[in-house]
Amino acid sequence: MIGTLRAVFRKEFLETVRDRRALLSSLVMGPLFAPLMFLGILTLSLNQSVSSLDEAIAVAVCGGDHAPNLVQFLREQGLAVTLKDGTDTDIRAWIGDGIDQVVVAIPTAYGQQLAGGQPARVLVYADGSDNKAERRAGRVRAAISGYSGSIAALRLQARGISPLVAQAVVVDSIDVSTPASRATLVLGMLSYIVLLVTLLGGMYLAIDATAGERERGSLEPLLTTPVPRTHLIYGKVLASAFFMVVALALVTVTIALAVRRVPLEEIGMSANFGAGVAFAVFLATLPFVAVGASLLTVVASFTRSYKEAQTWLGVVLLVPTLPIAVAGLLDIKASAALMLVPSLSQHLLIQGFLKSEALPASYAAISTLSTLALGALLTWVAGKLYQRERILG
Amino acid sequence: MIEVESLAKHFGTVQAVRDVSFAAADGRITGLLGPNGAGKSTTLRMLYTVLRPDSGAARIDGIDVLTDPLGARRSIGVLPHSAGIYPNLSARENIRFYGELHGLSPVVLENRLEELVDQLGMSEFADRPARGFSQGQRIKVALARALVHSPRNVLLDEPTNGLDVMATRALRDLVLGLKANGHCVLFSSHVMQEVAALCDEIVIIDHGRVVCDGTPAGIQSRFGGSSLEEAFVRVLGEPEGLA
Repeated sequence: MIGTLRAVFRKEFLETVRDRRALLSSLVMGPLFAPLMFLGILTLSLNQSVSSLDEAIAVAVCGGDHAPNLVQFLREQGLAVTLKDGTDTDIRAWIGDGIDQVVVAIPTAYGQQLAGGQPARVLVYADGSDNKAERRAGRVRAAISGYSGSIAALRLQARGISPLVAQAVVVDSIDVSTPASRATLVLGMLSYIVLLVTLLGGMYLAIDATAGERERGSLEPLLTTPVPRTHLIYGKVLASAFFMVVALALVTVTIALAVRRVPLEEIGMSANFGAGVAFAVFLATLPFVAVGASLLTVVASFTRSYKEAQTWLGVVLLVPTLPIAVAGLLDIKASAALMLVPSLSQHLLIQGFLKSEALPASYAAISTLSTLALGALLTWVAGKLYQRERILG
Repeated sequence: MIEVESLAKHFGTVQAVRDVSFAAADGRITGLLGPNGAGKSTTLRMLYTVLRPDSGAARIDGIDVLTDPLGARRSIGVLPHSAGIYPNLSARENIRFYGELHGLSPVVLENRLEELVDQLGMSEFADRPARGFSQGQRIKVALARALVHSPRNVLLDEPTNGLDVMATRALRDLVLGLKANGHCVLFSSHVMQEVAALCDEIVIIDHGRVVCDGTPAGIQSRFGGSSLEEAFVRVLGEPEGLA
């Protein structure tokens, strides 16, 4: 049996290594591009949200002469104020033409109203359907209401009343999320990428070694050799598993290296993906390779052709991701029972490592054993499928 | 030595093989001849144990294919109808893979490889990837692969299909060489001329039954006709069917 496994493994290995397209898709596209693309997009969006906090928002003020103090206050708040003159129609035209995004109009009556102790009206123009403009208008409105609050406090003090009277209830928000757990919301995607890339790593070989072998007409002569069919299929599962392990190793290394370049700290998160965590993620996902390789082989062995196998395996790729999606929606916490579900258990373990949550060691053991058991069962099924006469198609 | 007794096999409602019995002796070339769909391939597939017969028995050098399929496969070399080789492996690697599956030791295997490369005239392309091989080169690799464990019995299913004149000739010489070395060669074909030119014994199959067997001369004298072709047509009782 060992001799057969070695011969089959070596043959599948050689065939795959020499197929540049197969290598590219299983070991380059998946393990390198998938995490890099995800983390790249993440970096881009983080940079954008960080810079939008810092930037000086340009705001045009019409009728600034009527409210020099307000203009001064806005400038102190870091807004880039330009003074302009124009009517309501002019302002709408500026915004429409994209000359200005946010315009504050101060009516002539402003000074009078303010002096008279009446609510003084100012108008803030912005295009509400434009997210960016709306966000900036929000900043301007907040600045103006800050100004309004400080004037009101002064008025109360002038009348001998503590400004605190006007504050019946005060809300203090306390954020208990640790930086690492906040990052997990974003990095939760990573466990999904790890599992998917691992599966992709062995997919090409699983198809080629079963459906492909049949389509090329090399299966029938193979079955005339004096070795049990089960041994042939075990060798193929083994070869597929090998490429999955390589893909898994590559993807964890890629993530560990790339995640450092993501500016998570700037928004108060920390990326807990050092060498130790990367290794733990690798080990926790390793048993999943057994399920992946045997599952893909089973599917590829009852399809008739390469094309059909590809269609089915596309669907199969979704199967292990289903429990993860459900877990994400319901916000499931890790428990011993859930460790019995392969792919979900790996997802929860990886999440635990990323959040630096210490899960009981028994969880990892249960996950490993249950996953390996399912892998053994599926390998056995693959062997059974190869015993059928119909396997020749 | 191959002995076949009343083999039968059906697929769903189709009775592919009804009753096939014959014997193929060592040192002789036995041809299974019949029109397309007569049951030749199914019979061979039962002999090389990828299909299990519904009833009947078959022995290869006395080994029952039903009770000891692995033993039977050890004593035969097979060139199936679809004999695909691996395009990313060289000719030598294709053959070596089968030698390993037959459990040959590395030393024996490498010696045998050299022998086959030499015998089949493959030295020119033995180390090139099989991707760009001609049909003739491919059939040589497939044949070498079938012979890597030096089997006494050789089963060839329509080996000349798709071969050009030169490749057909090369194959014919190979088969004659196997015969000269005392191998038992069993091959199927629907091409009458090919069978007539090569075979010592002919087994004619039609609709899953053996309708006639014997030497080419014997068949011709039994059924008359000016040529073997005439005799075939009379055996089958219908003018169409044979190429």
